[in-house]
Amino acid sequence: MVKPTPQQASFTEHLPLCKAMGMQVTDVDEGAATITMPYDPEMIGDPETGVIHGGPVSVLLDSVSGLAVTMHPENTAMTATIDLRIDYMRPAPPNQTLTASAQVYHTTRTVAFIRATAWADDQTKPIAQATGAFVFAKKAAS
Amino acid sequence: MNSKTEPVQDIKRRRDGVLNAYVDSIPFFKYLGISFERKGDELTGILTFDPKLIGNAVVSRLHGGGTSAFLESTATMTLGWQTIWDAMESGDFDLDAAEFKLPPLPKTISITTDYLRPGLPRDAYARATITRAGRRYASVQVEAWQDNRETLFAQSTLHFLMPGT
Repeated sequence: MVKPTPQQASFTEHLPLCKAMGMQVTDVDEGAATITMPYDPEMIGDPETGVIHGGPVSVLLDSVSGLAVTMHPENTAMTATIDLRIDYMRPAPPNQTLTASAQVYHTTRTVAFIRATAWADDQTKPIAQATGAFVFAKKAAS
Repeated sequence: MNSKTEPVQDIKRRRDGVLNAYVDSIPFFKYLGISFERKGDELTGILTFDPKLIGNAVVSRLHGGGTSAFLESTATMTLGWQTIWDAMESGDFDLDAAEFKLPPLPKTISITTDYLRPGLPRDAYARATITRAGRRYASVQVEAWQDNRETLFAQSTLHFLMPGT
């Protein structure tokens, strides 16, 4: 992973929902990306525990997956989600920034397949994992 | 309570009171702009459009993650609502009692969302169907549309862990 260029770092700036949720691009690579999202009491889904709703985690995983597709060296156009499956593995601990990273693990001419993970302070204890298919326009073979 | 002749305003006050109490207790619903319309025991989720819901600013489309969050919220509320319905109708819920606490909502195990069409910059609606509600696990399908009920722009299948398990 490498530090994102200013243009890459501004990815979340151009996505109003990512911007509203305070997301920041921290790492990018070929077909890979990492984004963080701070804790925000407005995103609480369980008022008893202060655990955030699954929704913001969906937004984070969908965003980081889309960025990973955009970062693929053979990508030529904008992407969109075709489908995304998310498994919620443990509650997101309150008051902690979440980090999510995604990798493109396969591409066809028209589809990019991704895997993504979100965690709080310990990457080995994911709070959610995702797999998905994204719209992909592969560079024509020269 | 729940007799065949119970005054309609009492019925509405009870049902809307409990529904509103749930919706108001979840900050994220307010954050995203999610509300619910009730017809008897049927709920329709409404995602009121706001510019912050945009994902792709170039072509102005709803963010897929926000759409998924809306579908998950509608599924959770619909399943939770069905789960508490009988207790609510038999008068078990006294919202005014100091010690009263709403029963917890089911917890999402997994969600799979299919994005069928781009989400347009306008309100969206969703309705969920409970495919199976067991003691420990439940499965829910949920559909979202914007202009035409038959023209879905996204759908999800979810699995839930029921409260108390």
